[in-house]
Amino acid sequence: MWLYYTRLAWLSLKRHPLLSLLMSGAIALGIGAAMTTITINYLMSADPIPEKSDRLFYVQLDNWSPNEPYDEPNEPPDQLTYTDATALKAQAPAQLQTALAQSGGVIEPQGLGKEPFLARLRLTHNDFFTMFNAPFLYGQGWSDSADETGDRSIVLSKSANEEIFAGENSVGRTVRLEGKEFRVVGVLDEWVLKPRFYDVTTGAFNEMEDAYLPFKLKETMELPNSGNTNCWKMPEGEGFKSFLTSECVNFQFWVQLDSAQEKQEYVSFLNAYAEEQKKLGRFPRPLNNRLTDVMGWMEHENVVDDDAEVMMYLSLMFLAVCLLNTIGLLLTKFSFKTGEIALRRAVGATRMQLYQQQLVETVFIGVAGGIGGLILAALGLLGIEYLYGDQVKDLASLNLPLLGIGILLAIISSVLAGAYPTWRTCRIPPASQLKSE
Amino acid sequence: MLVMNNITKVFRTETVETHALKQFSLTVNEGDFVAVTGPSGSGKTTFLNIAGLLESFDDGEYTLDGRSVKNLNDKQLSQLRNEKIGFIFQSFNLIPDLNLFDNVDVPLRYRKLSKAERKERIEHSLDVVGLANRMRHLPSQLSGGQQQRVAIARALAGNPLFLLADEPTGNLDSKMADSVMSLLEEINQSGTTIVMVTHDLSQAERAHRHIQVLDGQVTEQKRGAPELATVNA
Repeated sequence: MWLYYTRLAWLSLKRHPLLSLLMSGAIALGIGAAMTTITINYLMSADPIPEKSDRLFYVQLDNWSPNEPYDEPNEPPDQLTYTDATALKAQAPAQLQTALAQSGGVIEPQGLGKEPFLARLRLTHNDFFTMFNAPFLYGQGWSDSADETGDRSIVLSKSANEEIFAGENSVGRTVRLEGKEFRVVGVLDEWVLKPRFYDVTTGAFNEMEDAYLPFKLKETMELPNSGNTNCWKMPEGEGFKSFLTSECVNFQFWVQLDSAQEKQEYVSFLNAYAEEQKKLGRFPRPLNNRLTDVMGWMEHENVVDDDAEVMMYLSLMFLAVCLLNTIGLLLTKFSFKTGEIALRRAVGATRMQLYQQQLVETVFIGVAGGIGGLILAALGLLGIEYLYGDQVKDLASLNLPLLGIGILLAIISSVLAGAYPTWRTCRIPPASQLKSE
Repeated sequence: MLVMNNITKVFRTETVETHALKQFSLTVNEGDFVAVTGPSGSGKTTFLNIAGLLESFDDGEYTLDGRSVKNLNDKQLSQLRNEKIGFIFQSFNLIPDLNLFDNVDVPLRYRKLSKAERKERIEHSLDVVGLANRMRHLPSQLSGGQQQRVAIARALAGNPLFLLADEPTGNLDSKMADSVMSLLEEINQSGTTIVMVTHDLSQAERAHRHIQVLDGQVTEQKRGAPELATVNA
């Protein structure tokens, strides 16, 4: 019977092509707008590392002013001081933990025609690569001793390796960065985290770094700060060293804790560390240490912009308006079919059978609207990428689940839109229609 | 086979109450050909709609093929219409997008028949009405008389116990009307019971029985084949 209904639906749509086009167009417009914003929100809020996002924790310590919190109502700073970041790493009670900082420097590729370029740098510890499942194309992360001594080891991104070494295996070769020679120990494969959760303070959707260096080099090479630096009191003294020993926060810290017990132990460790610092005259505020997993941290940092959410709700309201228009058009369309429906009732069709027949027709309209809507959504996303450029690169694209969601949303929308016109049409007394036809 | 006893039907609006049928009683037996005439608004179409289970009634008893229809639900009424009744309308009510084959197929689609059986019935019905060679044509490619023949084929395809015809020749010229009447007579002679509402007295005279309705009541009966019908006014 469903095949029969499908054929009837096709014939009915062909009978009133303009009306059919208008209905599909209305749904397509609504779906297009909704899917554009849903895509952005979905990808913004997607779990970037689902296999372990509940085991990776961002560390916050409250070293802030005794007079006011870092943020209301009682939020600790969203980054650590250099003193705390290095101390937590040095004491290393967990199996894996890493401090992070963003920096920048000029890389000078060797060879004719190759121009120096400003590289985005990530200072970190070697646990970084294990904790965040960084995929290696060649080589591996640097050694523990490189972490301790600040050995000039470097891990290149795939794109940087292509830029500097034309994509060859460069492990063991040297790279000139900020006037110093670095030994390549590893080259990452293509690696895009959206959001780049490990440092949302410098932009959760910024591009990944070009190169990764031992964290210790921050101090030994006096590499510049990047991202937000916040201080509740001015550094004592002048110069780079005084910044590193100041209460200014510019560093991130992540730890991997594989069980509830490990987490509890780490919280105790943080509290003990804070108490110890209090004895040294730091941490004037009450204990307020935090451990937040990946998704919690992204929510805390409002990775999904409020504006994006508002836009999504507005687009869903627009979809509702489009559906109201579709309901009106369907009422018009079905009013042309009252004679046929009355006849089918007369020759033995039940209301349910007729309802199913009309339902198939609305699903047809929905699928057509869904396809049209997805094309519009793809165009909308292209437009967003054109407007915002690299910031949303790889973010503004439809993937297979989103295509499915789009079609499903269109079908549900059309069925909802068709429910009332279909019900109304099937309730019309057949006798009056048959006589008047 | 069709027994109506004291059927009452009242149409109500906020301000007006119209008694379409008043204590209407009629029995139609198997093989009968009954013509129902009467002025506009007399209740003959209401009678036909109730007989065809297209409209409910307020009071009385209606038994179709031995089964009281009073408390049947939508599904049961639909099944009865599909299996026992064939309809012929003044305006043919063919579906314009469907060819003749598919138009005749419409009632069969709501019955659990195999594709082969449906095909056989459709071809036979179209053959009976003389349109077997045009089954892939659309209704718009036929004359009015031919369209009514397709409607008759559609009604016959389900092998109904009786045909209900509402002004079947009302939209046709006299030649075509005569042709359609002859076809109905042939169908009746082959055993199908027919109840026909008409304005045309000459056509009514061709039926076995002629019932006249006035103000929702049977006022007169003329017997053409007395052994086949009983009327209780």
